[in-house]
Amino acid sequence: MVVKTIPEIPVKKGEPPYKLWIFEPGEKKEFPLVFNLRQLAEQRRPALIPGHRLCAGCAAPIVVKLASFAFRGPTIVVSATGCLEVSTSIYPYTSWAVPWIHNAFENAAATASGIEAAIKALKKTGRLKYDHVDVVVFAGDGGTYDIGFQALSGMAERGHDVLYILYDNEAYMNTGIQRSGGTPKFAWTTTSPVGSVLPGKGEHKKPIADIMVAHRIPYVATATPAHWMDLMKKVRKGIEVNGPAFIHALSSCDRGWRHEEAISIEILRRAVDTCYFPLWEWTPETGYLLTDRSLVIARNPSLKQPIDKFLEVQGRFRHLLRPENKELLKQLQDYVDAVWEDLLKRASNAPR
Amino acid sequence: MATLRSWREIPLGGVAFRLSTDVKTGDWRALRPVIDQSKCTKCMICWLYCPDMSIIWDGEKVFVNYDYCKGCGICAHECPVKAITMVPEVGE
Repeated sequence: MVVKTIPEIPVKKGEPPYKLWIFEPGEKKEFPLVFNLRQLAEQRRPALIPGHRLCAGCAAPIVVKLASFAFRGPTIVVSATGCLEVSTSIYPYTSWAVPWIHNAFENAAATASGIEAAIKALKKTGRLKYDHVDVVVFAGDGGTYDIGFQALSGMAERGHDVLYILYDNEAYMNTGIQRSGGTPKFAWTTTSPVGSVLPGKGEHKKPIADIMVAHRIPYVATATPAHWMDLMKKVRKGIEVNGPAFIHALSSCDRGWRHEEAISIEILRRAVDTCYFPLWEWTPETGYLLTDRSLVIARNPSLKQPIDKFLEVQGRFRHLLRPENKELLKQLQDYVDAVWEDLLKRASNAPR
Repeated sequence: MATLRSWREIPLGGVAFRLSTDVKTGDWRALRPVIDQSKCTKCMICWLYCPDMSIIWDGEKVFVNYDYCKGCGICAHECPVKAITMVPEVGE
């Protein structure tokens, strides 16, 4: 009982605007990575179709959309519970144009491992009619930092060929902005409120990408949708690599971060410009490599902005800009600087 | 649903069988993006960053599908030539 009601919008050139990803068995086609946007708009369609109920101004669908432009062919998407899962799969509707599965909050990586093992087994007995079927996980920060971490760590240890994309909106936004392991220090959330006793969350963000580097999996990277070309390249690398890959993508949330909807992308650009969220990739062969804007900042340190630039547009950090909280702001700036200096020391393409 | 369905006719639990394109999220919108075609350079940045896939490239020009646009204004903010303006929705 499948109801297909995709609206038909006439276009003069290229694919219809909305379509499902259907691959005939035995089809030997690998999508090239296209960076010419008009060409991309004619040839490729995102894995997400409209009608999903994510908030206006959410960056998570942009992460999914950009990542899906870098998929190379038949792909299975796994989602952990989170904003992206609940708002794209409200029964009986689905917003996914690709095969999609959700199991439980904590086992997105374990589900993906199972799918990957099944694909391998089907291939071995010749029952799989495709050259390669990629498995991609989209999980939020709750499903990665805290609840789903054991599954992710196990997947990395067992070496399943899965790309795990973390879209990090830095709190449990889906259930009403509770603090998570990804929430930065001094950020306001409903469970780390700001008042006369506490200045927001008391602990720093967990360095999840560095933890994945410590697993020595074939590919780890950080990305933001604001640097779209960088994100697409990294997703393609993560898919092509043979073994687990992990991408940490920062994704703004206008409800939780308390900013205007329109500046969702601008705010991510500022996160990179202030070195709050440096862009890098890591492979066992090359070590840390800075990419895109972060490489530009490393070569020309005068472009590095003070952390205020990132904080001033967000309501969750409003208290840090008050004159009596100057000390806290300095603490945060020192921490960001220390992390950045540490990264510069480790990155092999940073100028010495 | 006029008559109650039997258990054989009810779809499998947990399997989505309709596409979300049936849900017109455009009625969430408070501000409507309007593209000034004379200013547009067709750089496609708005198409790339639209979270609702509501900006459509038909091979010659860019237009907005107001059925799904939630009016977040990312397109207007990111437009390098400021060809998109956010106009308040009135009436209806």
